[in-house]
Amino acid sequence: MLLSKVLQFVITGVANGAIYALIALGFTLIYNSRQIINFAQGEFVVIGGMAAYTFYVTAHLPLPVALLAAILVVTLLGVAFERFVILPLKNAASISLIIATIGMSIFLRTGAMLIWGKEAMTLPHFFGDKPWNIMGATILPQQIFIIAITLVIVVGMQLFFRLTVTGKAMLAASMNPEAARLMGIRSERMVMYSFAFSAALGAVAGVSIAPLVMMSFGSGAALGIKGFSAAILGGLTNPLGAVLGGLSLGVIESVGAGLISSAFKEAIALIVLLMVLLIKPSGVFGKIGTRRHAR
Amino acid sequence: MARKLSTRLLVVLAVAAVFIAGCAKTATTTKTEVKQPFKVGAVLSVTGANAPLGDAEKKALELEVASINKDGGANGHQLEIVIEDDESDTTKAVAAVNKLIKVDKVVAVVGGTGTGSAMGIKPIITASKIPFVAMAAGNGITAADNTWVFRAPAKNAVAADKALEYISKTLKLKKIAVLYDSNPFGQDGIDEIKKEVIAKDMTIVSEQKYETNATDVTAQLTTIKAANPECVIVWGTNPMPAKAAQTMKQLSMTMPYIGSHGIANTKFIDLAGDAANGVVFPAGKILIPSSIKDAGQKAAVDKFITDYKAKYDGIAPNTFAGHAYDALHIVSDALGIAGSDSAKLRTQIEKTSGFAGPDGIYKYSKTNHDGLATSDLIMIKIVGGKWTLVE
Amino acid sequence: MRANRRRLVNWLGIVCGFGLLASLPLFLNDFLMTIAVVIGINVIIVFGLSLLMGYAGQISLGHAGLYGLGAYTSAVMSTKLHLDPWLTIVAGALLAGAAAYLIGLPALRLRGHYLAMATLGAGVIMQIMFVELSGITGGPAGISSIPNLKIGHLILDQTGAYFYVVLAAVAVSLWLSLNVVRSQKGRALRAMHGNELAAASIGVDTARAKLFIFTLSGVFAGLAGGLYAHYLTYISPDSFGTSLSILLVAMVVIGGSQSVVAAGLGAALLTVISEYFRTYQDWSLVFFGLSLVLVMIFAPRGLFVETAAVAKRLVARVVKRRGPVES
Repeated sequence: MLLSKVLQFVITGVANGAIYALIALGFTLIYNSRQIINFAQGEFVVIGGMAAYTFYVTAHLPLPVALLAAILVVTLLGVAFERFVILPLKNAASISLIIATIGMSIFLRTGAMLIWGKEAMTLPHFFGDKPWNIMGATILPQQIFIIAITLVIVVGMQLFFRLTVTGKAMLAASMNPEAARLMGIRSERMVMYSFAFSAALGAVAGVSIAPLVMMSFGSGAALGIKGFSAAILGGLTNPLGAVLGGLSLGVIESVGAGLISSAFKEAIALIVLLMVLLIKPSGVFGKIGTRRHAR
Repeated sequence: MARKLSTRLLVVLAVAAVFIAGCAKTATTTKTEVKQPFKVGAVLSVTGANAPLGDAEKKALELEVASINKDGGANGHQLEIVIEDDESDTTKAVAAVNKLIKVDKVVAVVGGTGTGSAMGIKPIITASKIPFVAMAAGNGITAADNTWVFRAPAKNAVAADKALEYISKTLKLKKIAVLYDSNPFGQDGIDEIKKEVIAKDMTIVSEQKYETNATDVTAQLTTIKAANPECVIVWGTNPMPAKAAQTMKQLSMTMPYIGSHGIANTKFIDLAGDAANGVVFPAGKILIPSSIKDAGQKAAVDKFITDYKAKYDGIAPNTFAGHAYDALHIVSDALGIAGSDSAKLRTQIEKTSGFAGPDGIYKYSKTNHDGLATSDLIMIKIVGGKWTLVE
Repeated sequence: MRANRRRLVNWLGIVCGFGLLASLPLFLNDFLMTIAVVIGINVIIVFGLSLLMGYAGQISLGHAGLYGLGAYTSAVMSTKLHLDPWLTIVAGALLAGAAAYLIGLPALRLRGHYLAMATLGAGVIMQIMFVELSGITGGPAGISSIPNLKIGHLILDQTGAYFYVVLAAVAVSLWLSLNVVRSQKGRALRAMHGNELAAASIGVDTARAKLFIFTLSGVFAGLAGGLYAHYLTYISPDSFGTSLSILLVAMVVIGGSQSVVAAGLGAALLTVISEYFRTYQDWSLVFFGLSLVLVMIFAPRGLFVETAAVAKRLVARVVKRRGPVES
C-alpha cells in the first residue's frame, strides 16, 4: 500500500513535471536569444489551449487540424509580439524589455478573457481517459503523451541547434550578436525566430495540457511561474536542464504534498529550489562563466 | 388694419399654443418626475479571479433594476444603479466603495462578490453608516460589528451543515475525508465541518488542501484514498473540484463525492464530464425551480429565470445571479417603505421578513443579518449530466 | 559652490512639492483623497525598490511579501496584544527589515534572473505563511477590525487626516532615500551598478552595500504594510501576492529607476491610471497592459527620467542661445 502510494506520488510528479518542463523550454529559448524572462510565456500556453478549444469544440475541426491551427495562431502571435514590442526595444536595457513583457502578459490575459469569456474550459483527452495501471499506481494516456512530446521536443531542439544552419545561426547570434552579424547572420531575424519558436512551444504545451488542466484566462500567471522555476532550476540556458528542472520540481511537489503536507506543497518545492540556488547560484545545469554578450 | 389684426391674432394664438403645450408638458413632468431617483451602488468582481461570479451578478443587477423601474420603482422613485468593478482585489474594492459613497452618494451598497472584497468594504460601510447587502458567503462578513451589514446568500457554514446533514442522515456514513481550497471559501468549509463532525459522531480520516490556482490534486487524493474514507467532501469553487472528480475516477475511488455550493453551476458538469455523475452538493433552489414549494417564491424565481434567459441568449441564471437579485430587491423593497434616510433604511432592511427570492425566504432580525436557513437549500445529485433533486 | 546651489534648488523643489501635496485636501474630494493615500503607500515601497534597482542594480520580485509582513506584524500586535498602532507599525517595519536582511544575506550572492527567482520564491513562501499560520494570521480569511491610528482622541480613519500620516511617512522615507543616494555608500553603489569589479577594486564593499540597501527597502515595504493595515482595517493574504511584487517593479521602471523621485512619480502614475481604467471594467486591464508596453517603447529609461532629460536639453538650448548675450 505504502509502496503503491509513493509510486503514485512519483508518477504524478513526473507527469506534472513534464508540463512544467514543456513550459520551461519556451523560457529557455527566449532567454538564449535575448537574455530576458518573457513574462507572457504563460499566456502563450493558455491562448494555445483556448484556441484549440475553439477550433475543436466550437468549429468541429478534426483534432490534429485543430491542434495545429491553434499552434499556428500562437506562433503568429509570437512573431507579432517580437515585431511590435521586442524589436522597437532592441537598444533598451533588459529590465525595460521585461516590463514590456509584463505589460503584454496583462494585455494578452485580458484579451483572452474578452475573446473566450471568464469561465474555465477543457479539451477531451486525445487518447481516452482510461488510466494505465503500474503496480497499483495509475497514469493517464494524456500524461504519457505529454512526457513523450517533451522528450521529442528536447531531442529535436538539440538536433536543431547542432545540425541545422538556422539553429547554429540562432546560437551564434545569441552568444555574440556583433560577431554573428560580421559573419553575415541577421541577428534580428534570429530573435524573431526564437520568439516564434518559443510561442509555438508554449502553444504545444497549452494544447497538450488542456485536457488535464482546467484553463481559464487567468491560468497563465501560475503556469508561467512554474515554468520559470523549472527553467531556473535547470540553469536557464540549457534545454535539457529545463526538462530535468521541470521533472524534479514536479516530483518534489508531489512527494512533498503526499508525504509531508499538502498545505505546504508549493512552499516545500520553493524551499528546495532556493537551497539549490544557494549551493549552485546558476542552477543545477547552468554553466557558471558562460558569459553572454551584454547588451 | 385687417392684416394687422390677423397678425396679432396669430401671435396670440401662437403664444397660447406654446403656453398650453408648456403647461401640458409641465403637467406630465410633475406627474412622473416629482420623486428623485434612488442611487444604489454595487461593487462587483467583473474582472479578475472571481470574474465568472461577478459577471452573472452584474447581468442580474442590470436586468432587475430595469424590471423594478418598469414596475414603478421603489415607491415611485426610480432606481439608479452604479456598478463598480473591483478586479477581485480587496484594495480596489475599498477604492470602489469609497467612490460610491463619497462621489456618487449612493444610499445603499450591494455586492462584494468575493469574501475578501466584502470584508474590505465592511469597515467603510460601518464608518459611513450606509446599509450594505453582501453577496459573498464568507462567515466573517456578518460577524460583529454587523450593524450595517446584511447578507443575501446562505453563508458557508449553513451550506456545510446541509452537506453534513445529508451525509449523516441520508447516507448514514461516519468516516469522511475533506479536500478543500486554501482560500477563505475552503477555510470556512473545513472550519464548520470540523465543528460539526463531533456533534454528529463522525470522524475526519484525512484533510487535504490545494492552492486555488493549482492544476492537479492527485497527490492529495492519493493520500485520501489511503486513509479509506466512506465519502469525500470537496469544498471549493470551479474549476478544481471538477478536476478532483476526474482524478477520483482515475484513482478508482468509488465512494460518494459530496461537493459544496461552489460548484452549483453547469460549468462543473462541462468541465468534469462523465466524472460529474453521482456528485451531490447543496445549492439554492433556483437550480431546480420545481423544488420550490412556496408559491410566492416560485412565481418570483420563474419570472426571474424567464427574463434572464430572454435577455442573455437563453442562458439560465446561476446561484450568483440569484444573490444579486435578492440583494437588490431587499434594498429596493426597504427603500420603497423607509425612503433613503440611511438609519431608517437600515432598520427597514432589518425588518425584512418573508421576502422570497431565488436564494430563499428571508427573515432578518436584530441578531440575525443572514436571513436564510438550511431549509432554503436543497441537495442536488448529478445524474446523466443533469441536476436532480435529492429528496 | 555650484553643486551646493543646485542642491539647495533641489531641496527647495522638494519642500515646495510637499507643501503643494499638503494642501491637496483643499482641492480633492474625499474619494480622491483615499486614492492619494494608496498612492502614498505604494510610493514608500517604490522608494526602497528604486534604490535597490537603480543604485544597487539588484531586483526583487518578493517585496509584496515584505509589505505583507509589515502589515501582518502590525495588525497582529495591535489586535491580539492591544499595543498602540503607532508602535506596531514601527515594529512591522523593523521586522520586515530583519526579514529582508535574512533573505538578502544568502540571496544577494545570486545575480540577475536567479536573484529574481529567489526573491519571488521568498515572497511566495511568505504569502503561504500568511495563509497557513492561521492561529496567528487568521488564515485565508485574514484579520479584520484592525484598530485605527489615533492622536489623542482624534481617530484617523479613511478621511483627510490619514493622508497626512502617509504624507509624513513619504517625506521621511524620501529624506532617508536621498541621504543614501548622496552618502558615500550611495556613490559607491552608483559605481557598483556601472561596474562591480571596478567598485570592488577601489575598495567598495559591494556585498555590504547591497545588503544595506536591501534591508532598507525591506523596512520601507514593512512601513508601507503597517500603514496599509491600519488604513483598511482589514487585511488578507490575497493582497500580498506575486502580481503585486511584479507591479511594484513595473512602477519603478515606468517612472525611471535611475532616480528615486522619478520612481515615486511612476508609482503615483500607475496607481492613478489603474484606478482610472477600473471604470472600463472588462477592458480596463487591456488598456493598462498596453500602457506599460507603450511607455517602455517610447520611454525605455522611464517616463520621468526621459521627461527630465528632455527638459534639461531644452533648458540647455535656451541657456546656450542666451549665453552669448549675457557674457
